[in-house]
Amino acid sequence: MTDLSRRKLIKTGLAAATGIAGLGVATGLAKKYGLIPPDHGGIWGAGETLNYASYRLLTNHSMAREFARSEISTTPLANEMPPLSDAFKKLQAGGFSDWRLTVDGMVDRPGMFSLEQLKSYPSRSQITQLACEEGWSYVAEWTGVPLSHVLEVAGIQPQAKYVVYFSIDPDWWDSIDMGDALHPQTYLAYGMNGGDLSVGNGGPLRMRVPRQLGYKSVKFITRLAVTDDLRKFGKGLGSASPEGGYAWFAGI
Amino acid sequence: MGVMQSVPKELASRPAPLSPSTAQPSRHSALVRATHWIIALSFFALLVSGIEILISHPRFYWGENGNVLTPVLFKLPIPSSRSLVPTGYGYVLPDQNGWSRYLHFQSAWLAVLTGLVYVAAGLLSGHFRKNLLPRGEDVSWRAFWMTIVSHLRFERPTVAEARTYNLLQRLSYLFVIFALFPLVIWTGLAMSPAFTSAFPASVTLLGGRQSARTIHFLVAVSLLLFVLVHVGMVWFAGFRTRMRSMITGRNDGPLEDA
Repeated sequence: MTDLSRRKLIKTGLAAATGIAGLGVATGLAKKYGLIPPDHGGIWGAGETLNYASYRLLTNHSMAREFARSEISTTPLANEMPPLSDAFKKLQAGGFSDWRLTVDGMVDRPGMFSLEQLKSYPSRSQITQLACEEGWSYVAEWTGVPLSHVLEVAGIQPQAKYVVYFSIDPDWWDSIDMGDALHPQTYLAYGMNGGDLSVGNGGPLRMRVPRQLGYKSVKFITRLAVTDDLRKFGKGLGSASPEGGYAWFAGI
Repeated sequence: MGVMQSVPKELASRPAPLSPSTAQPSRHSALVRATHWIIALSFFALLVSGIEILISHPRFYWGENGNVLTPVLFKLPIPSSRSLVPTGYGYVLPDQNGWSRYLHFQSAWLAVLTGLVYVAAGLLSGHFRKNLLPRGEDVSWRAFWMTIVSHLRFERPTVAEARTYNLLQRLSYLFVIFALFPLVIWTGLAMSPAFTSAFPASVTLLGGRQSARTIHFLVAVSLLLFVLVHVGMVWFAGFRTRMRSMITGRNDGPLEDA
């Protein structure tokens, strides 16, 4: 072995050791600061962790773009949906007066909220874009109650890390971290473009998370569960999306 | 035209010297070779996953809004993986967006991080200045014209030319590295609602989310055309020698025009 190749070998070895140690430290820090998404396992873990960690580091206080009233789309597409269940149709026939939002998990005051109650809280509006992962988009005005207000009413406990939200369709649920849950633009939306939120667009109650793609804005919300551990829900990947092959974090 | 004849038999069968780097300078440095292949791999992954994502909505718009109820800027005459998209085909392709999106972003990270290493090293080592900036004697319309004519005549490069890049190569590589790649990254990020919440100008400067998507597609097509011409030229210049010099760094082929 020549001097040159020995030196090369030592240098390469040192670089590799530094790299591995650096990766270990980075992983520890990422865990500590909550930069690891629930679907970090498997072959896509590296990319997903980079996506989510960048989001957490870059956009902690950023606001989704808001638009002028003149920019509201005339074609707010109601995307294709699975057929409505009988339970949903029954509630619809009653004008959704029996619709209930259950709030449980790590809250001091678990309970149920009617639409009437939710509408009695301070209502907010935002003109934001709904962008689908497929590529299409529209701008609309959304009206609702900030999720943070409902969480405040229920009293979230300090160890809470995520809010899991469920559609009336049992196969449709998702979750967001506390940063998104308490974000001022995250709404439980019940109105759109000045009227009631149509069933096609997720009425009577839709989660609206404008800093992420459309599939995070789950339709027909009936339950919120506040938790510190997403492994307790479904297959432990944080939402129904990763179970169907889609990423949990949908900010890109 | 016998392309394979371009590799002299005695060269192809000659055993590799033990330490090629000491025998003669490498045609391509180890860093250029490594980053070239990593980017080639990521580009292929981005292309495949990008096409799959595109199939879910093969329609393009300008501005902020665009969906199946909106008039198109243009659309591709292909079937779609979504039943809502009117394509004229009587069938809907299976949805591949889940893994395609995972793969697209993971490969994008790989390509961007590798590209940053390449650009930083290229600036520090003088690679761009020495090998890619047009040489003084090349900067004239006459030289430009002569290179184009020799390409159009499919003239094979001389041995001296094989040791460096000609003017057209230099210009197209610089354009790809410093125009197309940054643009495709920018327009990609401009489609991210999270990124644009932190950097709204990234999308408003382009005219809106749908404009960003349309430009992203057109730049991707340009990159694909570049890769096709690039691979075609490698083939024409002598596939085995050119591949060898990009894999091992050895510089013993007589032809260079890739």
